[in-house]
Amino acid sequence: MDDLMNILQELHPDVDFDTETSLIDDKILDSFDIVTLIAEISDTYDVAIPAQDIVPENFNSAQALYALIQRLEEEDD
Amino acid sequence: MINVLEYLENSAAKYPDKVAFTGTDTSVTFGQMLVNSRIIGSRLIEAGANKEPVVILMHRSPEMIVSFFGVIAAGCYYVPIDEQMPAHRTELIMDQLHARYVITDDVNNPAIPEDATVLCYNDIVSNTGENAICLDALATRRAHAIDKDPIYIVFTSGSTGVPKGVVTNHRCVIDYVEQLTKIIGAGHDSVFGMQSPLYVDACLKEIYSTLKFGATTHIVPTVLFTQPVKLVEFLNEHQVNTVCWVVPALTFISGLKTFKTIVPEYLKTVAFGSEVFPPKQLKVWRETLPEARFINLYGPTEATGMCCHYEVTDKTDPERPVPIGKPFPNKEIFLLNDDGKQVPDGEVGEICIRGISLAPGYFNNPEVTNKAFVQNPLNTLYPDIIYKTGDLGRYNQDGDLEFVSRKDFQIKHMGYRIELGEIEMLTCKVEGVENVCCLYDSEKKKISMFYMGTIDKGQLVSLLKEKLPRYMIPNTVIQLELMPLTAGGKTDRNALKQML
Repeated sequence: MDDLMNILQELHPDVDFDTETSLIDDKILDSFDIVTLIAEISDTYDVAIPAQDIVPENFNSAQALYALIQRLEEEDD
Repeated sequence: MINVLEYLENSAAKYPDKVAFTGTDTSVTFGQMLVNSRIIGSRLIEAGANKEPVVILMHRSPEMIVSFFGVIAAGCYYVPIDEQMPAHRTELIMDQLHARYVITDDVNNPAIPEDATVLCYNDIVSNTGENAICLDALATRRAHAIDKDPIYIVFTSGSTGVPKGVVTNHRCVIDYVEQLTKIIGAGHDSVFGMQSPLYVDACLKEIYSTLKFGATTHIVPTVLFTQPVKLVEFLNEHQVNTVCWVVPALTFISGLKTFKTIVPEYLKTVAFGSEVFPPKQLKVWRETLPEARFINLYGPTEATGMCCHYEVTDKTDPERPVPIGKPFPNKEIFLLNDDGKQVPDGEVGEICIRGISLAPGYFNNPEVTNKAFVQNPLNTLYPDIIYKTGDLGRYNQDGDLEFVSRKDFQIKHMGYRIELGEIEMLTCKVEGVENVCCLYDSEKKKISMFYMGTIDKGQLVSLLKEKLPRYMIPNTVIQLELMPLTAGGKTDRNALKQML
């Protein structure tokens, strides 16, 4: 989770990712951020996020995104 | 044709009940568009507006487009402003315009100047109805209009820290639309999916192609550009066959491997621009849509959108950036060196444009206008204005123009034109910042900011978000104890690059 927080903080140093739960709905993350995030997550966690999983439910909070990463890691195993 | 209203009037006569534009919650037919624009025009005339800028501060919607034509019907020119733009930047624009009239869908928007006459779209259109149309007054305004009257002002980033307004007239737009629609093959059956915001000139393509032919444009909700599968589902649901998008919007789809899940099955024409299409991504698109046309468009706001085009074919070198091609008909391109002489074939020179659709210049800014719009140095016999783009280009062996780089620190990022100097000027004014320099990595598509000062970088970004539009916020912010300097005492940009 720390690695993900670092990735997010690097993208938006002014956002409190511990509490923010509307990252997409409130337009905090845009398409550029999504592309960057997916590349960084792929490098850090060695998982590929399928296009159909790129939806607000999975990206609205750091917790939801981490849950997605964990699910993909489990599916890989 | 001398007035763009003729496009609307012709399509409204031919296809009154056909849907012209759809948005998230609403849509408008050509017939409704004509009626509603006349209601707005009549209301503006009644309020006293005449041959002056009218600010449109609305959310991205069919109603915003209707408002454009209401302003034109009143013999005025529209100034579309991003309703989500930070108040500080909106004020910088409002200060230049001294606009007396604002059309909005949110009368509580803090950016509306206190002394402006505010016209609320819904109040005008819903509450007054067709009876409010004053055809005589509209006809009088029309009789006094000429094709060189302004049609809109679009504000772009300015290196001095203040956005500058490019003024465009009816003749520019008509010339542009007549050529563009032939190049992209627009017609009555075209169904556009519009990605562009409505406060930049990129939206001209869909708006005027739709009006010229009685086609249809679906405004793609911005939020879909965070959800690639749903974005393509939207295109399929609306049977979109033509897109004119900035490259990052297209690579957002292909780069996230969306085509493994879903393909835009109706798409026949993919026009793109704003920056170089990465060859690998273009290959993915072409392999996915082998029957579709892929057209690279190039041009600055000062040339009313686009001025060069290149259609990708099997002969296009897949290893090199796609050329920007050849000038639109009725336009001429020169590559000039610093002495104002044409460079030999194959050599790099500044791209300079000559043609009817050149903007008259910048709003209330003769100094900057005279620097960019200059007498053609190849013609000393009569007045002949060209626009110096600041872009460097060269002709390849096939005689197609290739973009090389910028002469200055202007960049194209996420489809927007940005002066790094504007970000730096604004950041310098923040308390706790002593020195700042911005760099752009065109491969990684990142704006990096280096600064010296006591302010925390989270705080700094938070403050910048209050003053700059989203697309101008640096992607990486690095706090330095000392800014590296060259022997001449200037910021050492090469040393900064090494730190990335």
